[in-house]
Amino acid sequence: MASPNLEHLSDDARAGPVSRFLKATEIDSRLLGMIGALVLIWIGFHLYGGIVNGFAAFITPRNLWNLSVQTSSIGIMATGMVLVIVTRHIDLSVGSILGFAAMMMAVTQVNILPEFLGLGHPAIWIIAIAVGLLVGMLVGAFHGWLIAYLGIPAFIVTLGGLLVWRGATFLTTRGETIAPLDSTFALLGGGPYGAVGSTWSWILGVVACVGIVFMLLSGRKQRKRFQFPLRPVWADTFLGVVGCGAVLGFVMLVNSYPWPRGIVRQYAAANNIEVPDGGLFISHGFAIPVLILILVGLAMTFLTTRTRFGRYVFAIGGNPEAAELAGINTRWVTVKIFALMGFLCGLSAVVASARLNSASGNLGTLDELYVIAAAVIGGTSFAGGIGTIYGAILGAVVMQSLQAGMVLIGFDAAVQQIVVGSVLVVAVWVDTIYRKRAQ
Amino acid sequence: MTQQDTQTPLIDLRDISISFGGIKAVDQASVDLFPGEVVALLGHNGAGKSTLIKILSGAYKRDAGDIYVRGEKATIANPRDAKDYGIETIYQTLALADNVDAAANLFLGRELLTRWGTLDDVGMEAEARKVMGRLNPNFQRFKDPVKQLSGGQRQSVAIARAILFNARILIMDEPTAALGPQETAQVGELIKQLKKDGIGIFLISHDIEDVFDLADRVAVMKNGQMVGSAKTGDVTKDEVLGMIILGKCPPGAIPGPGAIQE
Repeated sequence: MASPNLEHLSDDARAGPVSRFLKATEIDSRLLGMIGALVLIWIGFHLYGGIVNGFAAFITPRNLWNLSVQTSSIGIMATGMVLVIVTRHIDLSVGSILGFAAMMMAVTQVNILPEFLGLGHPAIWIIAIAVGLLVGMLVGAFHGWLIAYLGIPAFIVTLGGLLVWRGATFLTTRGETIAPLDSTFALLGGGPYGAVGSTWSWILGVVACVGIVFMLLSGRKQRKRFQFPLRPVWADTFLGVVGCGAVLGFVMLVNSYPWPRGIVRQYAAANNIEVPDGGLFISHGFAIPVLILILVGLAMTFLTTRTRFGRYVFAIGGNPEAAELAGINTRWVTVKIFALMGFLCGLSAVVASARLNSASGNLGTLDELYVIAAAVIGGTSFAGGIGTIYGAILGAVVMQSLQAGMVLIGFDAAVQQIVVGSVLVVAVWVDTIYRKRAQ
Repeated sequence: MTQQDTQTPLIDLRDISISFGGIKAVDQASVDLFPGEVVALLGHNGAGKSTLIKILSGAYKRDAGDIYVRGEKATIANPRDAKDYGIETIYQTLALADNVDAAANLFLGRELLTRWGTLDDVGMEAEARKVMGRLNPNFQRFKDPVKQLSGGQRQSVAIARAILFNARILIMDEPTAALGPQETAQVGELIKQLKKDGIGIFLISHDIEDVFDLADRVAVMKNGQMVGSAKTGDVTKDEVLGMIILGKCPPGAIPGPGAIQE
């Protein structure tokens, strides 16, 4: 008889201060749930490592910094996958597009451009990136055209694309791996030299805080102008403090991970700096791929919530017929969505190949599954019309945390696959229950 | 031209035909509509009323026939074209995007933008509050996705969308199907109000009482063909039912190609 009592109690508590708090701050309770799950995963791996292996390494600057870099490539693509799934499509070809774009960039910067511009020319990396983004976008737009104008289901088009572009990648160099890449290009993948250092990290952090405060204030001003109900001042203050706290905490985290001793020595020798006895502490700061992911996240959030295109994407997902009748050119929007997805694959290809400083035929294999999983764990619904960019990025962090955590505590690859697969199914099941209750 | 010289018709549909897979859904149907007039389109399910109306609203492409708007030949190939001519439609299914809020639905396809080209959500909500205040003063749920609204509230969102952009021609496909008696009366009042403003309305309805209450003329379709049209004062309800069921054209009506030849 204890359990119904308990349930009753928790229901009461939910209707009390917690729900009032959520309502006042307008925080999505799903978001809280995901952050809670993430914290549990982190603590779980940390404790497991500490107790079983005697080596708790998960919640350390070094691991979390690496985690942030490893998340970038999947996270960038997951933001685009949100739009694809929101409009009731699917893209199975993102891993292959990534591989193909990476190979095209590698060929451009290693085999073609040095002949004309000379090795190490400063324009090489820029041209290579432009090629990669363009290749990704064109492939995506082509897929979108097949889907929207020829009426072939997205599942089939992108399943075909999965094979076609992977095959094309191998065919380009007959299976050879191209390495090393242009040295400037390689910085975009992260690593000690591919991070912005502590000063710039602080500057970016402060700018972000100013941005948060500005957004909260301008939101208040807008609502006041039209006499809409305002959030309570304490709720806005709370959001500001938590937001800025999270940003500055992240800055402190990435700044507390120093360069490895070997790199410091190399750097000191190159710049004629005396290394003191205790060693030099040089912070990594934000890795460039992480900054790219953050930038993509902001841009995509802006696109989905503040522009016509974003509004149309969600309207099409909610009711394709209604969107068409409202005068939206749904086919053209579909082409744009897939072109954008392809563009983001190209961007991910930059990060992924730069990180490995090489492009191989199987770069990005199986990425489509992680990208789709990230979007879905992040709350994107296959029924269409529902999904958020921040959710997908958080989903990518969750996926990557699981992966990295299991590697850290020494699970073998077979177990990792079983766990990741199960988590995906369970996460969507929990989400389904949540949505049923919310209605 | 027709003999009505007093005004040119707001809408003149001439010999419209469309077929789906060999079945003529609409066969040489003609009907016109004058400013400030309500024309009720009647007929059984599958008689072709909704299809004819969807041709006018740009949802379907006709196989043959012409559409004249204010006496001029119009090209209507998609819903955007129709809206450009001031033709607004309230569909039977309401055609709302369920996952976004009322304001987003009202302005779907015609969003207000700020100076920087971004969505002016605040401005759109303000406009939405204005128009909904006129239609349904009790409506307060501007932040909820329309999926969570009641049938009547959803209907009022659909109606608000149609009148928001100064429509000259309004197509209402079963506008009161989801409504209770009180809300139905409200829609009736709204139709009379719009008539006064000189808006022409095509009304599709199953309710013959409603039709005689609101419409100036009836046009009856059967098997895709026009049975005939009549002023509501010139025919009785039973005669109109006879047109719908048997395709028989009474003396007070102008027969069309679908009328039974006796």
